[in-house]
Amino acid sequence: MELTGADIFARCLVDEGVEYVFGYPGGAVLHIYDALYRQDKVEHVLVRHEQAATHAADGYARSTGRPGVVLVTSGPGATNAVTGIATAYMDSIPMVVFTGQVPTSLIGNDAFQEVDSVGITRPCVKHNFLVKDVTKLAETIKKAFYIATTGRPGPVVVDIPKDITAEKAEYAYPETVEIRSYNPVTKGNLRQVRKAVDLMLSAQRPMIYTGGGVILGRGADSLNKLVKQLGYPITNTLMGLGGYPATDRQNLGMLGMHGTYEANMAMHHCDVLIAIGARFDDRVTGNIEKFCPTAKIVHVDIDPASIAKNVKVDVPIVGNVDNVLKDMLRVMAETDKKPDAKAAKEWWAQIEEWRGIDCLKFDRDSGTIKPQYVVEQLYKVTKGDAFVTSDVGQHQMFAAQYYKFDKPYRWINSGGLGTMGFGLPAAMGAQFAHPDELVCCITGEGSIQMNIQELATCLQYGLPIKVINLNNRFLGMVRQWQEFFYQGRYSMSYMESLPDFVKLAESYGHVGMKIEDPADVEGALQEAMKLEDRLVFMDFITDRQENVYPMIPAGAGLNEMILV
Amino acid sequence: MENESGALSRVAGLFSARGYNIESLTVAPTEDPSLSRLTLVTRGSDEIIEQITKQLNKLIEVVKLIDLTEGPHIERELMLVKVKAIGHDERAEIDRLNGIFRGNIIDVTARTYTIELTGTSDKLEAFIVAIGAEKILETVRSGVSGIARGEKSLAVK
Repeated sequence: MELTGADIFARCLVDEGVEYVFGYPGGAVLHIYDALYRQDKVEHVLVRHEQAATHAADGYARSTGRPGVVLVTSGPGATNAVTGIATAYMDSIPMVVFTGQVPTSLIGNDAFQEVDSVGITRPCVKHNFLVKDVTKLAETIKKAFYIATTGRPGPVVVDIPKDITAEKAEYAYPETVEIRSYNPVTKGNLRQVRKAVDLMLSAQRPMIYTGGGVILGRGADSLNKLVKQLGYPITNTLMGLGGYPATDRQNLGMLGMHGTYEANMAMHHCDVLIAIGARFDDRVTGNIEKFCPTAKIVHVDIDPASIAKNVKVDVPIVGNVDNVLKDMLRVMAETDKKPDAKAAKEWWAQIEEWRGIDCLKFDRDSGTIKPQYVVEQLYKVTKGDAFVTSDVGQHQMFAAQYYKFDKPYRWINSGGLGTMGFGLPAAMGAQFAHPDELVCCITGEGSIQMNIQELATCLQYGLPIKVINLNNRFLGMVRQWQEFFYQGRYSMSYMESLPDFVKLAESYGHVGMKIEDPADVEGALQEAMKLEDRLVFMDFITDRQENVYPMIPAGAGLNEMILV
Repeated sequence: MENESGALSRVAGLFSARGYNIESLTVAPTEDPSLSRLTLVTRGSDEIIEQITKQLNKLIEVVKLIDLTEGPHIERELMLVKVKAIGHDERAEIDRLNGIFRGNIIDVTARTYTIELTGTSDKLEAFIVAIGAEKILETVRSGVSGIARGEKSLAVK
């Protein structure tokens, strides 16, 4: 039977197993919205701004490993989505974004609500398509999902002109597609794996450094086995938190600019570095000239372009993280070689000495609420089992430092692009994906206002998110840098004319709480968690001048941290 | 690469987005109409060339890529030059140079010659120097095309 392009679109989503589409209607997608209205298998979530649609789909993807799906109209609908697309691109999040487009006959005419969506999104997508023939629509959608979810994942944009959604074609959803120029590597080269294992087992001062690839590549279980068998220390990047249990003694915590002293010192002094699904980002390496001066480096990554991009490596392995880790475990089972126990003992003694400095200590006797304390108490009250999203800035670093993630998929933040306004809509996506789990959004009074309108979406869909607003009346991270590097000239980092967040939350139909006394923090959190079916906006009035420590200043090496 | 609209802009966009330089670029369909051949000349250290190669390979529409400078290869570029050619002596001199460089005079007016010249970029530049910049009215260069020597080929199986 022939279907219209709009109905083909809806059928494709059903056949692809899509649960939720996050979107916002408009002229160019009216046929599609009509098709969605006439079916009941895919649920459309109406957000209040297209940027939030992309972040919500992103949060859904990060909390499940399945692709997020977005539908927006042409022109401003597409441009508003761009920040969310770029956010997903930087963190390799699988996402398919459908943008409406003016009818084919009007493309290039400066028509109403026309932009070159394919052109605008080109540098921040894994791939994009403009559909010019309704008979190719289903195949293109299949390709989009295939590309978004395989290899190094990423967002794919499909731009659909309005006339294509009205024209008719036979519908058949292809089960598989082949793209001759796209054959992502899955298995690592076994010879390289053997070389890597040999190097790993001969290490005197080994260090394992893992990133978001462990989570995206579903490698957490295999990583756990490998780390336990080796007995080596491990550190996770901001994107890799939860890839290995934070509460395990072998985990030295996060590394990098605001990582722990012990993680960064162990990185600096190691003789064999085993990098898995991490990309040697500048926030991780510090000054690249001073990075891991004595280490031989094994680097496992699915993307060949990530290998040897910033740092020269000795044993590169291109492949899916989980497959490579399993091969490493197999090779280790076959060999008689064992880690050097005597060297390990000395190495761990050194690490414990670094750990003894307790770099994450903070003032517990302060009369004002310390942001670290709020995150620590949140961790306690939620038993470390919540899905936690964050925005960007100081609160993001506090969340990463003080909430101990033991499982993958639970820590959801914009690491690469650093997008303020990400947290609340991402929490919505995570809550849709996990309706019975606790979802918290740790944010600041600056970031939350960048997508505050989504409180309406949360009301409409009854999303019981807990918003933890660390309100220091400053753009905290900007203020911190201005304090350190601009002699305290706080240029535009002071947030004036803040709304009354309690009343704001209430006006959106939610519960608002304001907490000003450190003694009330734990009780307030417990009270909020009891309101299981309500969104609670918790406005914590925190220490204005608190800084994120430890810190590696720009140009310094990992061994040159400022502790307090 | 795939002979599709947008494929070329993806390549060009990658170079500008990552701060790489394009010295010349030629692209045209091949004997298989679904494929285009793109030859691009760029400069950089081994590390940068490696990174460019990897990033290009990530583009979905890039089917196969080789660095011709890794092996023996042939480079050719086509140039069309319109030069002032007034008076018997000047016309004879240009004709002589054209012969030395094995060019073809493909259009003639009372005041100009248009010359077609093929060769390596060095040869084309040498010709420009020999003629003298002051005599040149217009030049059009195709950019470099290249192919590997011997039996090696870039064909898609």
